Amino acid sequence: MEALDAQSIEALFEPWFISYQELEAPSVAVSKLNRQQQDFALRWVEVLSGMNDELAYQCLLNIPTAFARMPEETIEQWIVQAMDLYDRKGLMGSVRHLVDIDNFIALYEKRLYSLYLDEVTEVLSRFIHGLSGRSLKLAQSDQGIFTDTETLFLPEILHELPERQDNFILYKAMLVHQWAQLWFGTWRVDIASITNAYPEPKKALLLFHYLELTRLDARTAHELPGLYREMVRLKKHFKEDCTLETSHREKLTALSATVQDSVAVLAECYGKTEPIQCCYQGVLNTDAVRETQTLRLEKEKRIFRMGLFDELSEIEETPERLNERFSAQKIEDSEAPDGFTMMLELDGKPMPLPESMKTTLNSIVQDLGDIPPEYLEAAGPGAYPAELLEKEDPANVWTGTYHEEGAFIYNEWDFQRRHYKKNWCALRELEVTPVYDDFVQKTLNKHHGLIISLRKTFEALRGEDKNLKRQPDGETIDIDALVEAYADKELGMEMTQNLFVRRHKVDRNIAVLFMVDMSGSTKGWINDAERESLILLCEALESLGDRYAIYGFSGNTRKRCEIYKIKSFSERYDNDVKAKISGIKAQDYTRMGVAIRHFSKLLLEVDAKVRMLVTLSDGKPDDYDNYRGQYGIEDTRQALVEARRNHIHSFCITIDETANDYLPHMYGAANYIVIDDVPKLPLKVSDIYRKLTT
Amino acid sequence: MDAREIKTDEYYVTEEPYYETVADEVEVFEAAYKNQLPVLLKGPTGCGKTRFMEYMAWRLKRPLITVSCHDDLTTSDLVGRFLITGGQTEWVDGPLAMAVKAGGICYLDEVVEARKDTMVVIHPLGDDRRVLPIEKLGHVLEASEDFCLAISYNPGYQSVLKDLKQSTRQRFIALEFDYPTAETEQKIIEKESGIEPEMARRLVKFAKMTRNLKGNGLDEGASTRLLVHAAKLMVTGIAPVTACRSAIAQALTDEADMLAAVDELSGSVF
Ligand SMILES: Nc1ncnc2c1ncn2[C@@H]1O[C@H](COP(=O)(O)OP(=O)(O)OP(=O)(O)O)[C@@H](O)[C@H]1O
Ligand SMILES: [Mg+2]
Repeated sequence: MEALDAQSIEALFEPWFISYQELEAPSVAVSKLNRQQQDFALRWVEVLSGMNDELAYQCLLNIPTAFARMPEETIEQWIVQAMDLYDRKGLMGSVRHLVDIDNFIALYEKRLYSLYLDEVTEVLSRFIHGLSGRSLKLAQSDQGIFTDTETLFLPEILHELPERQDNFILYKAMLVHQWAQLWFGTWRVDIASITNAYPEPKKALLLFHYLELTRLDARTAHELPGLYREMVRLKKHFKEDCTLETSHREKLTALSATVQDSVAVLAECYGKTEPIQCCYQGVLNTDAVRETQTLRLEKEKRIFRMGLFDELSEIEETPERLNERFSAQKIEDSEAPDGFTMMLELDGKPMPLPESMKTTLNSIVQDLGDIPPEYLEAAGPGAYPAELLEKEDPANVWTGTYHEEGAFIYNEWDFQRRHYKKNWCALRELEVTPVYDDFVQKTLNKHHGLIISLRKTFEALRGEDKNLKRQPDGETIDIDALVEAYADKELGMEMTQNLFVRRHKVDRNIAVLFMVDMSGSTKGWINDAERESLILLCEALESLGDRYAIYGFSGNTRKRCEIYKIKSFSERYDNDVKAKISGIKAQDYTRMGVAIRHFSKLLLEVDAKVRMLVTLSDGKPDDYDNYRGQYGIEDTRQALVEARRNHIHSFCITIDETANDYLPHMYGAANYIVIDDVPKLPLKVSDIYRKLTT
Repeated sequence: MDAREIKTDEYYVTEEPYYETVADEVEVFEAAYKNQLPVLLKGPTGCGKTRFMEYMAWRLKRPLITVSCHDDLTTSDLVGRFLITGGQTEWVDGPLAMAVKAGGICYLDEVVEARKDTMVVIHPLGDDRRVLPIEKLGHVLEASEDFCLAISYNPGYQSVLKDLKQSTRQRFIALEFDYPTAETEQKIIEKESGIEPEMARRLVKFAKMTRNLKGNGLDEGASTRLLVHAAKLMVTGIAPVTACRSAIAQALTDEADMLAAVDELSGSVF
């Protein structure tokens, strides 16, 4: 096919861009490509323009150069990476990537042995969880390899070694060195003020790090010999030899050496010994540590003291004396880094702590090497200002630094690229504020007749226990069978063994979760309809005796997906649940995929033979960011496919008359129902039940 | 097929089972036994509950009858049923009735797995009545004074719905089992497998790592039982990392990333 000319290319581009983006020059450039290349360029620029105009424009500007430098598959990689970067780092990062084709090519050539942190995050973060101590997070950083004492920062990509496996070991070594700093107490001294006392603080810091590295490597060798062998291999590869004097070296590699020994050796060898940079050491980031450590110490002290008060309140109705009641004992423990673990005593008697308190206690000891007396004073209500405590309330989580703490993280499906965006959505479980009003009573009155007939319908579903006759064993003898058998015997025939009656219990064993759309668009009559339906449903389900749960879902962007608990599986349908149903209010948007993933998880946690997920919604998935249209529909569909794979049956009951277009695609033609009137809903649910259980 | 015919004699534990005392469980059990109180053993899988029962049966010189509970276990499976043999109906005692008559120790393992209605038959045995009603025969068995009822359950992975009923659990003296301390666990591994101390120490260390992962991707960390298995493989000449993988990691998870991580952990320790 013949190549397109500049004018027709510009005409094709026009609808995808905003007016100020100059299209003439790039169109001319594209017109010089052959037709196949042009089609390729047009296709991708269109896809990108669906994400962001500027991203698409930058791609357009650079694609002729790309064709001059790379084959088509590589260009595709280059574009897909730009999209990933756009998702993860925003426009700036992805534009930089598009412009810097040289850098991309250089990396691309190393791709056979390059290892991206993304590829191994899952394994590494589990690995690090297995090691002792405070639970640590992994993150990618452009500012080098370091820890702030809660997160371990690693580079995005490693291609330092010509084998992928070795680059993986390098990641592990980096990780373990940072972990060792935390586990063996590097940060128990104020490193910044120590090194600042030297004429050249930077040099002192480097040297100090070198000494600590020597000390920590020795501890690692003892603790994790297998890993240490691999670390030694890395050092050999980079030809790193020790430059320390023997006496210094011996002092630091003794298993009893502490960070104080490194401080002492620093004074002796400053100006004499040249430090060596080790391939996995990274940097000591004193600023980052100071910031997190200060915050944590404060927070953990508060949590610990308040926890002690809770412990007291368990034993005494109103704890009186709060001081001098708790004391800490060191118990010898050869496996602990300091050679002991802490035990708490109350009034001189050993006091077992709940798991969460133990974790806090250990974290404090990890920071301080001990538990200071002021930590052992229980703090009752009023000891800390309310504003301070409020910060840790899940509802306020996004205002502070507690970004992903306490949230569930889920992947999301990107249909255009046919892959999951990893850890894309953060979801939080909140409670509906109950409203104790007459809504329930009104609904019951309004639908009085209906409720009676609904109960009948549902009771009919329940099924009865049956007596199974002629069984090989059972609770009682089947007289009829026995008589026949004796008759057979008299006639010289073989006597059957099936002479019992067994009572067959109908074991329904069903769990249903109703997920209720609480998005802004349900405001008004739809919200009322949902609430009325739920009341009717609960009344009907109660007579069935099956387990069911009700949750609402809403949200606002991927970082703020929310579900609202109305009734969990184990809760009873009581006045509080009724008040919560009454309290259901329209919230923000709907991001359905993540809600489905979370609810599937909840369903899988209950023990049941049949699991159902029923959605009550007014319309299609929609959210503030790019979750509109096909993207949201496809993600929802994917989440439903995942549920299906886990043997969860999904249904959608919707009050949106235009729903027919896309619901078949998401739920499969048979599994959705459009209703226009509240009373129909429970009847539909009973239909679904019948279908599934008989 | 005729398992039911076995005489209770055969349930005596004649040789002393190896059991490493962890805390005061032996005294407490003996005290409960003397006072004819039933016992509930709580604790994660593979931490020595069954072994403890064997040991106690040996110490107290009583036959031990163990029943593993499952969701199809009916009352008849415990109490007994009619069978037809050679044209005759014949009543055969279930394990519980057998133990009640012979003054044995009846140990119901993983008791929450049993159906709720089945559990109810142990109620009258569990309080001071100490009787077992046999509805089908229309009579009530009075427990011999040596009879002892013990049940076990793992609170860890029960869902809320499958919890032990209060009316059941409040009849029992509870003994809490957990993984032993590092030292004790190392000793158990050495004794059970004959592995050298240093390797046993590392196994315990590795076990601790997997236990750190509980709730972070693993439902349960490595139990003492799995450590013994791995040690046995190692004694036979299997490389430590392979032994840990086959005996421990694969038993804990099927998830690829988790398997890889657990492998990395064992690789670090050995
Ligand atoms: N205290 C102990 N003394 C001796 N051996 C022990 C002890 N604890 C655990 N073991 C070892 O662990 C193995 C598993 O223990 P056991 O079968 O008693 O576990 P369990 O608690 O009954 O587990 P489950 O709940 O799965 O039935 C034993 O075979 C034994 O090798
Ligand atoms: Mg057992």
